[in-house]
Amino acid sequence: MRFAELMTIGTRIEAGTLEFSAEDIIRFAEKFDPQPFHLDPEAAKAFVFGGLCASGWHTCAGWMKMFLVYWATESERLRRQGVAPPKLGPSPGFRKLQWLRPVYAGDRITYFATLQASRELASRPGTWINTTLNEGINQHGDVVIRFESNVLEFA
Amino acid sequence: MQADRLHFEDFTPGRQFPLGPKTVSAAEIIEFATEFDPQPMHLSEEAGKASILGGLSASGWHTSAMMMRMIVDSFIGRSTCQGAPGVEQMDWKKPVLAGDTIEGQGVVLEARALKSRPGIGIVRMRTELGNQRGETVCVAEQSIMFRMRENGESKA
Repeated sequence: MRFAELMTIGTRIEAGTLEFSAEDIIRFAEKFDPQPFHLDPEAAKAFVFGGLCASGWHTCAGWMKMFLVYWATESERLRRQGVAPPKLGPSPGFRKLQWLRPVYAGDRITYFATLQASRELASRPGTWINTTLNEGINQHGDVVIRFESNVLEFA
Repeated sequence: MQADRLHFEDFTPGRQFPLGPKTVSAAEIIEFATEFDPQPMHLSEEAGKASILGGLSASGWHTSAMMMRMIVDSFIGRSTCQGAPGVEQMDWKKPVLAGDTIEGQGVVLEARALKSRPGIGIVRMRTELGNQRGETVCVAEQSIMFRMRENGESKA
């Protein structure tokens, strides 16, 4: 089955919800983004965010994590129906990533993906590139992250 | 102390900052992937070899996060950084394989004051990492906000 047959263009799917605990925010930031507003709730008060908030890259990684949870469930559902799930491969990158609002400790982010385009590579027949618009929305209904990513698909 | 920090005015177009180097271990790749991107090519050498990536390779999100750490260590950590609104593009051009050493540089493309937030400016940068084989592995264009020098001290 092709990805574009499963996720029709323009249909938004809900991938899942991830809670960002203070511990997880700090653990990620210590490794990858050690800035005061990602490390220390007290120090964060002196910055525009006003409180401990997740590294933007943590919010991105959360999308990947929840998309894969969704994908595992979806693949299993297809297999049970006797349908071979689309074979998704690596991603060459993303575009237009916006961190629209901070993700604070305790926030629950629900992630979404919407297929925008699917095209076969002229240079590599049997390989498609799928473009999805991805979003994360917090428990108040505010969009916190939005980006467009590409993922390869093999025949 | 605050005056020594890199402010918006210090990010003049063309200015370069070194990034890395960092050698990426198999254990780090697997640890990140287990939590955030548990796809086979990020979890085992065998599955990586069987994929088009050619070996155990870091999640692109892991590579991006490592680039962020290099940016913090190179200049953000001694700056008036106020966060970042986004990344215009990120190209993961080659896999980062276990044992690879990645390094590169960031170059300032453009710097402008934010009308909506007096005292804050936005700096657009191109950041690029390569590996020990001379291949470019990752190229990004991103924007970062910094406080300006004029009202820096009063707010510190």
